[in-house]
Amino acid sequence: MSKKQIDEFSGTETTGHDWDGIRELNSPMPRWWVWTYYATILWAVAYWIAMPAWPLLSDYTRGLLGHSQRAQLSDQIAAVKAGQADLIARTAKAGLTEIQADPELLEFALAGGRSAFAVNCSQCHGTGASGSDGYPNLNDDDWLWGGTVAQIEATIQYGIRADHDDTRISEMPAFGRDEILNPQQVDEVADYVMALSRDDDLAESLPGKALFSENCVDCHGAGGKGNSELGAPNLANGIWLYEGGKPAVVDTITHSRSGMMPAWVSRLDQVAIKQLAVYVHSLGGGE
Amino acid sequence: MHILSMLMLALGAAATVTLALQASDGVMSFHAGLMALFFLAGIVLLHRRRSKWTGDEGYEDGIIRAGAIASTFWGVVGFLVGLVIALQLAFPVLNFDLPWTNFGRLRPLHTSAVIFAFGGNVLLMTSFHVVQRTCRARLAGGWAPWFVFWGYQLFIVMAATGYVLGVTQSKEYAEPEWYVDLWLTLVWVVYLLVFLGTLWKRREPHIYVANWFYLAFIVTVAMLHIINNLAVPVSWTGTQSYGLWAGVQDALTQWWYGHNAVGFFLTAGFLGIMYYYVPKRAERPIYSYRLSIVHFWSLIFLYIWAGPHHLHYTALPEWSQTLGMTFSIILWMPSWGGMVNGLMTLSGAWDKLRTDPVLRMMVVSLAFYGMSTFEGPLMAIKEVNALSHYTDWTIGHVHSGALGWVAFVSFGALYHIVPIMWARQRLYSMVLVNVHFWISTIGILLYITAMWVSGILQGLMWRAYDHLGFLEYSFVETVAAMHPFYVIRALGGLLFVIGSLVMTYNLWRTMRGDLRLEASPIPSAEPAPAMGAAS
Repeated sequence: MSKKQIDEFSGTETTGHDWDGIRELNSPMPRWWVWTYYATILWAVAYWIAMPAWPLLSDYTRGLLGHSQRAQLSDQIAAVKAGQADLIARTAKAGLTEIQADPELLEFALAGGRSAFAVNCSQCHGTGASGSDGYPNLNDDDWLWGGTVAQIEATIQYGIRADHDDTRISEMPAFGRDEILNPQQVDEVADYVMALSRDDDLAESLPGKALFSENCVDCHGAGGKGNSELGAPNLANGIWLYEGGKPAVVDTITHSRSGMMPAWVSRLDQVAIKQLAVYVHSLGGGE
Repeated sequence: MHILSMLMLALGAAATVTLALQASDGVMSFHAGLMALFFLAGIVLLHRRRSKWTGDEGYEDGIIRAGAIASTFWGVVGFLVGLVIALQLAFPVLNFDLPWTNFGRLRPLHTSAVIFAFGGNVLLMTSFHVVQRTCRARLAGGWAPWFVFWGYQLFIVMAATGYVLGVTQSKEYAEPEWYVDLWLTLVWVVYLLVFLGTLWKRREPHIYVANWFYLAFIVTVAMLHIINNLAVPVSWTGTQSYGLWAGVQDALTQWWYGHNAVGFFLTAGFLGIMYYYVPKRAERPIYSYRLSIVHFWSLIFLYIWAGPHHLHYTALPEWSQTLGMTFSIILWMPSWGGMVNGLMTLSGAWDKLRTDPVLRMMVVSLAFYGMSTFEGPLMAIKEVNALSHYTDWTIGHVHSGALGWVAFVSFGALYHIVPIMWARQRLYSMVLVNVHFWISTIGILLYITAMWVSGILQGLMWRAYDHLGFLEYSFVETVAAMHPFYVIRALGGLLFVIGSLVMTYNLWRTMRGDLRLEASPIPSAEPAPAMGAAS
């Protein structure tokens, strides 16, 4: 142990301790440090006086401002709701075409629809509603179940192959798996469908044409133009829900498909569904 | 005593072999087997090295060498896993759709590897070094310090393999299940006893400030660990358990633990490192004894209150949030006390920053410490937290502390310890230390700036409403907006990993006794030979 000494560089006295060569100066604490420390303490005490702070036996100190996070939250929600109340009431009463005709309601519906779409629909249809493999693009004019605003609303409400009595439902046979057609025939039909989609003159001479007429026209129609009453896709416009290309078509004919969309009537309120219908209809392809 | 030790180890071996055979799930069987191997190896070691662990002469330096190797190894592992999960966030395909490589399992592997495996080993190593040197006493307890060292490595291996195999109790930074927690408790209590025993037989009249910090760290971590991990096992032979706490009490206990893991593990412990290695390296006295007393007790008293700031705007009562926030603000100066004392210790030795990259690393660590302990109270303010909470800003904040402060001061300590412990003239290369310093500093800056920008952007996008009161963005749009910042963050992480590999190479060559011929001036070393040019 060494004795107290004066440090040459700083001129400050040391404490006299020495550990493995480490000594300590007896410098006072920096003033700015001490005063900032005091200031934070004073600020904290002031905050405790103003705001809810210390627990008591069965209550807590409420603070002079009487602040409450919960009250603040419900006030903010109430304020937003109050601001929307009139528009919501008018939307609830109006029909879909009336909403589209009223600029104020239309703006509200597009904003609300876009927000509801982002939260509920973008997971499958994408944030830009351009869809992906198995999930339809909603920006084009190809509609499985119809593209009028009323048809879109019905699709949103009841879903497709969803758990609801009014859901949209149809079933294409699994021609290959259930041996309605043999693999050779499946291949021929696929060739024909591909030719239709290319608007190819060769289509008329293909062997698959006869098979298509026997098995497919009831739903897809002559020339494969589709039928939105049955949710039967248009096969002649080059728009494919599943990948596209002959292998995917063979796969569809062999195993069938049965994509599903939930029924939103039990999850969203009527106003939000109307807004969604108007929004989706506005995306570019509404009929 | 020897017989008793052998008997305890044999009992441990018998119990764990039985458990391995009776276990009701595979992971428990595997982990009990590891513990059995540990006990059996302990019996062999104890038998062979009996004579080495009986004397009280000189210092126990073997354990510090082991600690240096373990720290470096776990550091590189932890940083690498961090890089992997940073890349997974930028490119999710790297999850490989396998349960073992999923982000959810690798993330705790990263956090535990860097905090507990790397940080913990650095703390064990430096505390054993500092307490011996500043007490002028050999570590107490004979072979007990080695039990602590190897027992701690076993804890790490059980925790890490458990995560990858899907065993977790889902408490952040406290993921290991009940039996691993019990094992760590045993190891930690022995650690405390070794530390106290060494203080007890010290040959210095006073206890050096670094040891106050180490002791506070050891005692408080024991308390936090035990209370947060209280649980009832589903079966004594299985890995699963139910925690004792529920609901908001569980949340508060968890963040009382979580925040003080930062406060006492990553701050108090590492301030212990700072208080020995900075004055040692700068060859200057500690700036102010009084400041060290005041900021030590302030830090100890205040940190323990700050946990609720992790639960702003939740089910936690508002009064509790207020206390967490206000004590976090008061904590600002006590935290800065360590930085002030460290930086001011350099007065009279600032010129060394030019010539000694090891000291520069320590000083930059103090700067990052100051920055993150200012940012912390700022983020604890409710209104700031409303924006920052749950965003990448938090991740950036944590890493400015973890990479800038904790890792840099650890690197400084490792660079200082290794030449001394292996009795080398100096480090293999000071130029490589400089390279490590710059690569890692750039890496840290890329990391934290990317996370600031992405965090604030994320917070603003989440809270954006249009004039009609509708949310502006979907969640997935905010995720897509993060992508470029995740790529920059991964790049910063890559630089940090490269830096740590440079250090590993440098330390390894130093251990081997190699010297690189360099002309740069090196303090406390022989002048470099004139023939070698700096390259």
